[in-house]
Amino acid sequence: MLGYTIKRLLQMIFVLWIVSVIVFLMMSFTGDPVFMVIPIDSTQAEIDQARRILGLDRSLFEQYLVFMNGMLQGDFGRSYVYRQPAMDLILERLPATMEIVVVAMIFAALVAIPLGVYAGANPNRTASRAIMSGSLLGISLPSFWVGMMLIFLLAVQWQIFPSSGRGDTVEFMGLKLSVLTLDGWYHIILPSLTLSLATMAIILRITRAGMMEVMRQDYMKFARAKGVSRRGVLYGHGLRNALIPVVTIFGLQLGDLIAFATITETIFAWPGLGKLLIDSIYRADRPVIVVYLMLVAFIFVVINFIVDMVYTWIDPRITVK
Amino acid sequence: MAEAKTADATASETLLRVEDLRTWFHTFSGTVKAVDGVSFSVKRGEIMGLVGESGGGKSVVGFSILGLIDPPGKIESGVIEFNGENLKDAGDARLRDIRGRDIAMVFQDPMTSLNPLHTVGEQMDEMLRLHTDMDASQRHARCVEVLEDVGISRAADRLKAYPHQFSGGMRQRVVIAIAMLAQPKLVIADEPTTALDVTIQAQILKLMRRQIRDNGASMILVTHDLAVVSEMADHITVLYCGKVVERGPTDDVIRRPSHPYTRGLIDSIPNPAHRTARLKQIPGAVPDIRKLPKGCNFQDRCPRVGAVCRESEPPLVATGARAHACHFPLKEGETQ
Ligand SMILES: Nc1ncnc2c1ncn2[C@@H]1O[C@H](COP(=O)(O)OP(=O)(O)OP(=O)(O)O)[C@@H](O)[C@H]1O
Ligand code: SF4
Ligand SMILES: [Mg+2]
Repeated sequence: MLGYTIKRLLQMIFVLWIVSVIVFLMMSFTGDPVFMVIPIDSTQAEIDQARRILGLDRSLFEQYLVFMNGMLQGDFGRSYVYRQPAMDLILERLPATMEIVVVAMIFAALVAIPLGVYAGANPNRTASRAIMSGSLLGISLPSFWVGMMLIFLLAVQWQIFPSSGRGDTVEFMGLKLSVLTLDGWYHIILPSLTLSLATMAIILRITRAGMMEVMRQDYMKFARAKGVSRRGVLYGHGLRNALIPVVTIFGLQLGDLIAFATITETIFAWPGLGKLLIDSIYRADRPVIVVYLMLVAFIFVVINFIVDMVYTWIDPRITVK
Repeated sequence: MAEAKTADATASETLLRVEDLRTWFHTFSGTVKAVDGVSFSVKRGEIMGLVGESGGGKSVVGFSILGLIDPPGKIESGVIEFNGENLKDAGDARLRDIRGRDIAMVFQDPMTSLNPLHTVGEQMDEMLRLHTDMDASQRHARCVEVLEDVGISRAADRLKAYPHQFSGGMRQRVVIAIAMLAQPKLVIADEPTTALDVTIQAQILKLMRRQIRDNGASMILVTHDLAVVSEMADHITVLYCGKVVERGPTDDVIRRPSHPYTRGLIDSIPNPAHRTARLKQIPGAVPDIRKLPKGCNFQDRCPRVGAVCRESEPPLVATGARAHACHFPLKEGETQ
């Protein structure tokens, strides 16, 4: 187990290194950030000086060494725009994004799994057909439209929820969180709902497919022949057997939502990573983009590791080597 | 083994009485009358063999008794009287009490009847949790005891193992142990050895018989293998296309079958003692149960078929302990 963990850690580091090379090369070949930081009417001398300060006058390889060296020390450079460490900028906004993403994922799982189990266990019922049609909508409706409709109906028309912002936040272990205040929850619900819809639909369909397969298995009938209740059979014996693909998709979707919460954050003016990313792209704020990309890669790698661990916990036949 | 005391059997001796059971499946391609008017009874302490070719309705009979028929299947009519109670009209909660505690089941394939994600111990414990008020340590002790009973050594350790860590024969022992845990009055064993090696088959059958006898329980042994039934069962019921074609004490039926179908099954047992020149398979195949012919279901495969067989269906006629459904039953010693 320890050997496995070490092996996985090395693997993760290797993947992150590859990502860093790709990110670095991409950044070097797309645009010259100098013109973003200097006034329009700068002289050539001023431009050269700015280049030197930013380290852009050195060779590509040297630049990479500097970049790697900084990264290893946790220094990703300063934002050209905000003039503060890019990492701090990202970390400041990460909790906001994580909040709506985590709430969205929990919400998706809580709704999708029971519905998926029901639809998989009773595929011929009208209710199951309705659930499946609903999930098709969830997959095919674009999230910006859903978000706008939710704002229109629940924020403008009936004024149940606020349409934008984060609401009251509370400091918890150095992080500013909205989930700890009632007002925060009012603000979280609409963006999280928007974010969760597609994931909910996908998880629902995967759960249903898995359950339909599991329902055919002898051990389900054997459990019933033991006198286990229907609920016990479905959740105690069935669901866990259907869970491997669900966990896989869950992990992928989690990474996806963190990386692509941008649209939803923009619609709801949610001060998360997405907004920062968009702004940084417009202004070619290279250090911020780099940190963002590295962070997303890191999150994906970690989620992947956790998902593999969860596999072995779900199914004793899966061993880690 | 099988005494001819069936005729004067009193009601209290009867553990299970199935009367005119009809279980149909309403599929898109028509109604499958998988079980269509089946009657038999099982006495306390006896082993009843339910035989017939694939598709005869044996499993459906077993599942009907436990109320485990799912849509599109439905028990259309009949009586399933267990211990004086009609299970056909029992509610789901009542049936859940009975399942496992009073009537347990053993399935054909031990590779698939255990949940791969739960330890053997968890799956055994579940049975006791559902049906007894033992505390955790009592349940553990009982699981160890029963696991040892079915011939699994180091039982306490094995409780922590997962099904995939057992061989097929061992898994079937575990399944039998689970079935015996709550000391049921009736065990329905649906082809319990078909999926196993020949050498292991005999062991498992002996084990099952001993368990049933030791517990004073009864068993319905479902099988297509008449050789197995002739060794294990006190009584035998032969099913063909969802109907009982012959029934009686095992030795008697095997020695002098009345129904040509039973005769055919006996002749196809690969056993030198029967001294048939070579194995005789029953010609033809089981007809599509949705398109049964008018008259006797066996007519297209029967060597004794006559005009009347194509006109009217032979009723089940009982004489003493025996019963058969045939217009031209075999006389004693007659071959076909
Ligand atoms: N769920 C179902 N839907 C439709 N038809 C079914 C269903 N279950 C069983 N049947 C039909 O009922 C008939 C009897 O099936 P059953 O499984 O009882 O046969 P069996 O005697 O146990 O055969 P085998 O030796 O193959 O196990 C078959 O024709 C089968 O196709
Ligand atoms: S009724 Fe006729 S066809 Fe049917 S088994 Fe008897 S002899 Fe054969
Ligand atoms: Mg069967």
